[in-house]
Amino acid sequence: MIPTGPAAGAARRRLRSLPPLRLLVPCLLIAGFTAIPLAVIVYYCFDVGWAVVEPLVFRPLIGELLANTVLLCATTTACCLTAGVALAWLVERTNLPGRGLWLALLASPLAIPAFVNSYAWISLVPELHGLWAATLITSLSYYPFVLLPVAAALRGLDPALEETGRSLGLGPVRVWARVVLPQLRPAMLGGSLLVALHLLAEFGAIEQLRYATFATAIIAQYESTFASTAANALAAVLIACCLLFITLEVLTRGRARTARLGSGAARAATPVRLGRLTAPAVAVPLAVVGLAAGVPVYSVTHWLGHTGSAGHAMSALLPVLATTAELAALASAATVAAGFPLAWLSVRHRSLMTTVLERSTYLASAVPGVVVGLALVTVAIRYTRPLYQTTILVVAAYVMLFLPRAMVNLRSAIGQAPPVLEEASRALGQTASATFRRVVIPLTAPGVLSAAALVSLAVTTELTATILLAPTGTHTLATEFWSAAAEIDYPAAAPYAVCMIVLSLPSAYLLLRQSARGVTR
Amino acid sequence: MTALSVHGLHKRYGRVPVLNGVDLDVARGSVTAILGPSGCGKTTLLRIVAGFDRADAGTVTLNGTDVSSGRTVLPPDKRAIGYVAQEGALFPHLDVQANITFGLPYLTTGRRQRRDRAAALLELVSLDPSLARRYPHQLSGGQQQRVALARALARKPSLILLDEPFSSLDAALREATRTAVVATLKAENISTLLVTHDQAEALSMADHIAVMTDGRFTQTGPPQQLYARPATLGTALLLGPASTLDGTVDNGRASCPLGALPLTRHCPDGDATVVIRPEQLHLSDAGTTADTGATVIGCEFFGADTVVTVRIAGGATIRARAAGTTPYHPGRPVAVTVHGPVHAYPRQGPGSRPDDVPPADGPGSR
Repeated sequence: MIPTGPAAGAARRRLRSLPPLRLLVPCLLIAGFTAIPLAVIVYYCFDVGWAVVEPLVFRPLIGELLANTVLLCATTTACCLTAGVALAWLVERTNLPGRGLWLALLASPLAIPAFVNSYAWISLVPELHGLWAATLITSLSYYPFVLLPVAAALRGLDPALEETGRSLGLGPVRVWARVVLPQLRPAMLGGSLLVALHLLAEFGAIEQLRYATFATAIIAQYESTFASTAANALAAVLIACCLLFITLEVLTRGRARTARLGSGAARAATPVRLGRLTAPAVAVPLAVVGLAAGVPVYSVTHWLGHTGSAGHAMSALLPVLATTAELAALASAATVAAGFPLAWLSVRHRSLMTTVLERSTYLASAVPGVVVGLALVTVAIRYTRPLYQTTILVVAAYVMLFLPRAMVNLRSAIGQAPPVLEEASRALGQTASATFRRVVIPLTAPGVLSAAALVSLAVTTELTATILLAPTGTHTLATEFWSAAAEIDYPAAAPYAVCMIVLSLPSAYLLLRQSARGVTR
Repeated sequence: MTALSVHGLHKRYGRVPVLNGVDLDVARGSVTAILGPSGCGKTTLLRIVAGFDRADAGTVTLNGTDVSSGRTVLPPDKRAIGYVAQEGALFPHLDVQANITFGLPYLTTGRRQRRDRAAALLELVSLDPSLARRYPHQLSGGQQQRVALARALARKPSLILLDEPFSSLDAALREATRTAVVATLKAENISTLLVTHDQAEALSMADHIAVMTDGRFTQTGPPQQLYARPATLGTALLLGPASTLDGTVDNGRASCPLGALPLTRHCPDGDATVVIRPEQLHLSDAGTTADTGATVIGCEFFGADTVVTVRIAGGATIRARAAGTTPYHPGRPVAVTVHGPVHAYPRQGPGSRPDDVPPADGPGSR
């Protein structure tokens, strides 16, 4: 909405006023906190000196890992883009039977962590390994990252644009190429970036498929030489890759406006009639859902049948569930507490500085879990020894990793409580704290709760940072699953896999709903 | 005694001055309107009175109590004011009754008391008490605005602040809501400060109007007096639609293409801009254009009246209002007569027009 009249006046007023220090200072501290991993790796590499780092960076192993990583990113991103755009078009723009249901089904792989998907496939087809296997599995896990934003963009696209294109003499294919695709570009690029960043961070799935990327190499290095210079040098190269991808996305996104101009709700587009192609068209999403969700679900239930005594399995599972729940609760509380002031600042005191501050937390989250874990280990053993091997350190890592997920919900939650409502309450004789309790909290509560839910669900499936940071004896669903799967004890891993899938369903649903409301990243 | 008294108020945002020494008194029980184009500083004044913003200099006195002078500023919740925002600002998580009773002391007000109070207030603003259990999103815009007023009245404030309260409503609803609100305020004898850019709203609601331009008041007075004798060309155009003609003032009469016309107020001799309201212009038959030099060039029919645009001798255009339908259609020659005295203001340089004053628009501005 373009602010006009008095509303614009109010916006200007807020723009010019500097946010209060009691809000700004904590926000600066939080943003600084999330920047720790990045800062630590950079500082460490400078600290040990170029002479030490150079031979560790410029060696054949790094070249090989770089080639492997980039190759996998290229193949998987290409697969995800193709599948995501084609499926989005089928679901949003054709008369495919059961369109509403298909989007939910196609988004369901979001509930299956990639390393569980990988376990499910490899336990059925042990021959899977290498680049093409990794491409298959990661594509099946990550294509929803492209599908959801592209589907949302297609839905929001005013059909009048296409109709105008047709009226100007363009055929349907050329209208797609010249009108629709350019409008979808930001969604496609954003989705691709998300896929690429996930690939850089992915450890479990790729390790099982016996493919080597930076993430797997860092864990291997850590296991043999601990938080050594070699591991940190690998992490530095990995961060460079992340920053490169982010920069590429920003550069290619361009400055074109793709938002809807004008006001009013767009009409829904007239769906393309599939006619005789209906059967083959249904086969496409059916096959994708079958491979991405059907196979893992079949495989996990198959192995669950081999677990043996249910009572024995439950008694092993319960303490792990309790630990996981405890970590999830701590992490979501800490993340919401850290995110609320930042979100408040960026919504209520919008300016270049506050936007940069808010966005800086996104940059930190692009840093893979393995790097966050390594950086925190490095900091802990060098400077804050008492924190090493404590829950505080794991929770800190979760906050850094999952703050942006909470941010989307927190921002929209705070948007539900506009300043005018606070002013109305103050004018009705309520003090600032009574206003916060009676107006701000009730209005923001739903958004804050869904932010907390998203974070706690992300924690239940976090593997790499947890492996590196969890105190000895602390076992989560992900780490227990991982140690069983690594020993090829497939039946023992199955109960943990089921738990993770079931617990991830709500967060998959929240992500689906977010994209339906047109909220992106 | 005055309900509100403002003295020497100054406010700037960064380097931009918004209020440049504003003085205002609101008499107890009266409705005072601040009328001005958007961006003139009227909302800022209201927000300072409410306590949402802080003035750089000057004092605000509510019922004889100094609430804002120097560094001591009373927070909004400690001022006995009612505030109705542009879109009502009802709390979306509370129903109508909870909204209305929001400001009542929680512990000392029983459930039955709340219900009775809400019902009484709903009746006061001409709403059906059965709306008490509805949520804001289930109400129309006009109903929301009246609930917001009821909520502001619940604490019996000594002063009500209305911030463009009807601008988000459509024309028909706006008039009905305005009538209901004025009736309530008058019945309760509540002092009111209304901020608006709609001249019809200000003229019809207020006992007293203060016209604001660029952060200061250019003229204050009762609506009839302001409309009859606007002090500046800007105020004249802000208060209603008018045709402006170039002319010369000589000895208390303005010579312009429509003749030598009497003036409403003194204007020094010399070049002047003459302002004529559409209702002052009367059209009659003329044989040919050559007789009068005036031709109808446009005709807009509004139902109750018709606005006829006429090109007069010398090429200027004027707009005249005629009741009902008129026989004057484009191309027809007409004779134009002016009834009553007109406003004239010294012309500022050759061809200068007050372009920065937006034409008053909205319903009833024809």
